[in-house]
Amino acid sequence: MVIETKDLTFKFDTTTVVNSLSLQVPEGSIYGFLGPNGAGKTTTIKLLLSLLEVQQGSIEIFGLNLKQHRTTILSKIGSLIEQPAIYAHLTGRENLINRAIQLRLPQARVAIMLDLVKLTPAADKKAGNYSLGMKQRLGIALAMISDPELLILDEPTNGLDPNGIIEMRELLINLVTNHGKTVFLSSHLLAEVERMATHVGIINYGELRFQGEIKDLRDISKPKIIIETDHTADAANLLKKNGHEILEVENDYLSINYQSKKGTAQVNLLLNQHEHEVYSIYKDQKDLEQLFLEITQNPRKQ
Amino acid sequence: MRNFISSLTSEYYKSRKTLNFGATILLPVILCSIVCLGFFAMADKFEKMDGKAIWGFFSGAILGVLGNLLLPLLVIFLANSVNSLEHKADTWKTLFSLPISKWTIYAAKYFYVLMLLFISMLLFALFTIGYGDLLGTIRPNLKFHDYQMTGLLLASHFKLFLSCSGILSIQFLLSLIWSDFLKPMGIGFLLFIIGMVLNSVNWHYAFLMPYAQPAISIKTMVANPNVRSDVPVNIFTSEILMSMIVSTVVFLAGYYVVKRTRIK
Repeated sequence: MVIETKDLTFKFDTTTVVNSLSLQVPEGSIYGFLGPNGAGKTTTIKLLLSLLEVQQGSIEIFGLNLKQHRTTILSKIGSLIEQPAIYAHLTGRENLINRAIQLRLPQARVAIMLDLVKLTPAADKKAGNYSLGMKQRLGIALAMISDPELLILDEPTNGLDPNGIIEMRELLINLVTNHGKTVFLSSHLLAEVERMATHVGIINYGELRFQGEIKDLRDISKPKIIIETDHTADAANLLKKNGHEILEVENDYLSINYQSKKGTAQVNLLLNQHEHEVYSIYKDQKDLEQLFLEITQNPRKQ
Repeated sequence: MRNFISSLTSEYYKSRKTLNFGATILLPVILCSIVCLGFFAMADKFEKMDGKAIWGFFSGAILGVLGNLLLPLLVIFLANSVNSLEHKADTWKTLFSLPISKWTIYAAKYFYVLMLLFISMLLFALFTIGYGDLLGTIRPNLKFHDYQMTGLLLASHFKLFLSCSGILSIQFLLSLIWSDFLKPMGIGFLLFIIGMVLNSVNWHYAFLMPYAQPAISIKTMVANPNVRSDVPVNIFTSEILMSMIVSTVVFLAGYYVVKRTRIK
């Protein structure tokens, strides 16, 4: 694992912002760290970057304890936290040169980064006059100038136009697939993460509600058949006897796994043959967005 | 050490286009030029002075304004501007997530301000010497060339530099704590006024107050009856020692604050 946290807990005064968080970010993955605003994403990122001190639990990055090996770990990380931190009175190029000076990097990296984020034509404009999207791209360039093994990006597509979002996605996928980097990015938009992430962690009220590969998340949202019938308990027993897995039984409806259109017709036929009145039968599938909302809109666990 | 030097270089690179860097150079140029022009315009009044007296009068005019008014204000401004650059750009989080220790970042910033102040004081001394020589050349009736004051002026300005180190550490710490520049500047001005009052009433313990120390150091520089005429500046007087103690203690306390600071 590139990042591994164990029972990470952080409180601002009496408010628990991160609660027993155990993240596992595999090497070579794009890990989408999802959650609504205020869920604890940025606080987690600040803990990972040693900007906040760990109060409880532990953080290991590259197999090393963050507290004991802060500088070694940070030398392999590039980060972008919230809005890009840019000196408005310097040009884009100067911002990058300044970072190269701080990290004792060859200045040739500056031109490479400007090219990479397509800022070369605007390199000599004051960064304060950049659009939000340009600032975001400059922030990415600043994060990547040291050619880090791990990129930690907080809402990296904020302020980008659709083309910018696509370019960013392609860039990150390229970094992971062709350059062996690992990307940990936070977002509150599932649709955006779904398109590029290999792994997902969903956080709400500081607690990790889901973690796994993106396909695991998709598996949760498998389609089912909702059947409205007169005697739902009897109907459920009949379907069970005929080899169907019952997902839920309520007073006015029951649900089973969806197989196919033909399968749905056979279920309907089976119920009719046994004199169950079927008022409605339909396929129900939550898309990931709905699933995400469901996970994140559940109230805080007491 | 390499990280410290690169951080120091970065501080220069970031601030070289800002007003604080400009002020370091412009202030000595402007003040010394004004005094020089005044001497040039009123040369007749100073014709009768011998070399030592005219140098004393010329440099005293600059040192007086500097020690009693300009220098504390310059220090307040310089200390504040280096940190306000980070507050304004919201770059503390970036700085502290770099693979550089907090101590190095903090120390580099502090020493950069200290360096700016040192350069500014050196420029004041050099411009005073240069303008004095220039006046002696273009107005030979002004007897600047009859007396050599380079060593004394360099020592005087070095003493003034040391007298400000206490204020510098305090203002540096205040500007680290508050992102709103009005608070450290406001507190700085208030303490400066208190220092001026304490100094003007000749309070016995005024030397303990950092904001009064530059003005006191001017007094002890020219009015020390025990010094020999060839070594006229007694640098390490009580207010200078106190300034250096305050500077060191507050500098170390500042690091403790930085270490404990939560980046929100």
